[in-house]
Parts: sequence; C-alpha cells; structure tokens
Amino acid sequence: MEHAETTGLKIVFSVWFGLLGLTVLEVILAYRQLPLQTMLSILMVLSVIKAALIIAYFMHLRYEQPSLFVTLIPALVFVLIMMTAIFADSTRLAHMRSLVQ
Amino acid sequence: MWLFIVSDAITFSAVIFAYGYLRLAAADWPRPFVAASIANATVMTFVLLSSSVAMVLAVRASSLGKVSAAVGWLVATALGGIAFDILHIHEWLGLIGEGVRPFHNPWGTPMFGAAFFTMTGLHMLHVTIGVVYLLVIAVGFGRRKFSATDVEVSGLYWHFVDLVWMFIFPLVYLLSAKTA
Repeated sequence: MEHAETTGLKIVFSVWFGLLGLTVLEVILAYRQLPLQTMLSILMVLSVIKAALIIAYFMHLRYEQPSLFVTLIPALVFVLIMMTAIFADSTRLAHMRSLVQ
Repeated sequence: MWLFIVSDAITFSAVIFAYGYLRLAAADWPRPFVAASIANATVMTFVLLSSSVAMVLAVRASSLGKVSAAVGWLVATALGGIAFDILHIHEWLGLIGEGVRPFHNPWGTPMFGAAFFTMTGLHMLHVTIGVVYLLVIAVGFGRRKFSATDVEVSGLYWHFVDLVWMFIFPLVYLLSAKTA
C-alpha cells in the first residue's frame, strides 16, 4: 500500500469494459436451458475471473509486493476448500427427506 | 485493510456456502426472479462496477495531489453506492409486496426468504457503510486531514464490496431466474 502506483487509465477502462461484458455474458447464459450444475460451474468460473480482475487491477494487488499476495490468497483459498467439507451432507439431507415422505 | 478484507471475504463465503447448502438440501427452491428483476439486478451490477471505476479515478487523483478531483470522484463513487441501495431497496419492497418473508414465501421452501435477505442484506449493509466511509474520507481529504493513502485504503474496501456482488449476483439472481 505504501507505493501508490497508478494503474494506467487505458488498463482501467479495458478492465471496466471486460467486467461489463462478462456480466452481460452471464445474464445471457442465465436464459439458456442448461443443467443447473453446468450453469453453476460456468457462472462461478466467470465470477472468479471477474473477482480476479477487480483484485489485480482495481485493488492493484498485481502491482504490490508478491509477499502480500502470498500472505492473503492461499489462506483464503484454503478456508474456502475447508468449507466445502460440509457439502456432501446437504445432498444426504435431501435424500433423507425423500425417505421420510 | 487487506486483513479485514480477507476476514470479511470468509464471512461472506460462509453465508454463500450456507445458501448453497440450503438450496441443495431443499427439493423445491423457488426461481422467482422475472425478467424485470434480472434487468434491475443487471443495472445494479453495472452501477456498482462503474462506481468502482470512479473509485480508481479518485485514488489516482489523490495520489497525483489533485484534491478537488479526488473529492469529486469520491462523491461520484458514493452516489453510485446510493443508487445501488435505492435500486436494491426497490427490489426488496417488490419481493416483500409479493409476500416473501424470512420464513415464508408463496412459492416453495420457506428458507428462500432467510437466505435471500441474509445474503443481500449483509451486502447492502456493506454498501451503506461504504457510502458513509467514502463521504467521511471525501470531506477529510478535502480539508487535507486525510492523506492519499487513506483514500487508497477506502478504495480497497469499496472494490471488495463490488467484488462480493460479483458472486451474489449470479448465485442469487441468475440461478433463480424465471425462465419458463
């Protein structure tokens, strides 16, 4: 954060248009008759790309010391992976409910 | 600010994971968002993304020492946040008018309302706090009480709020779009 490196305006506006374009793409996809899993996967990949663009250019993490990236991102990814541990349980719940009914 | 952002990101992730869990476990998750709702949410996304660009310009102006330009862009960013909030509250009131409550709704599993209001409400709270934060920074920077670094740090927060919406928008709205 110390060295206030200014991102070039050209890059800022390209990123902006890229983000708007990806949003439009997502909305179009929402009206395609795709299976829920496929749609979820595509939307999540697009969202992660958008988040990465925001972090890299708007929050200019790309221009910071690599140590900041190493401090922040792997820990976050690790916590997210840990959270997926509960997911198998939710499908079990749905299955159990169908057994009761 | 970065450490706060990572911890806040984990909070939002937990809420989003809880939503995913509830949705998977429920057999009849409603898909109530008509085209007008999706259009409204798309406009909200555009407003938030554009306010983020205004924030980038504010940080840029402040680091170049252009005080009035920086204050102008900060106010523009805050106005984007206010526009987002107004559109979102309009959306909420529409849904409440249709009978959606935290534990009841006319379409399907009662948990829909709880998940929807928790996720979007937590985000709306962040936007509202962000608007206040940006206006405080704008006034303080205008009076030269705050440095360019303070503006930059408030920018990090604002971009993060924008980033979170990039996940809530597809997960809550697009995956629940009324297609038939």
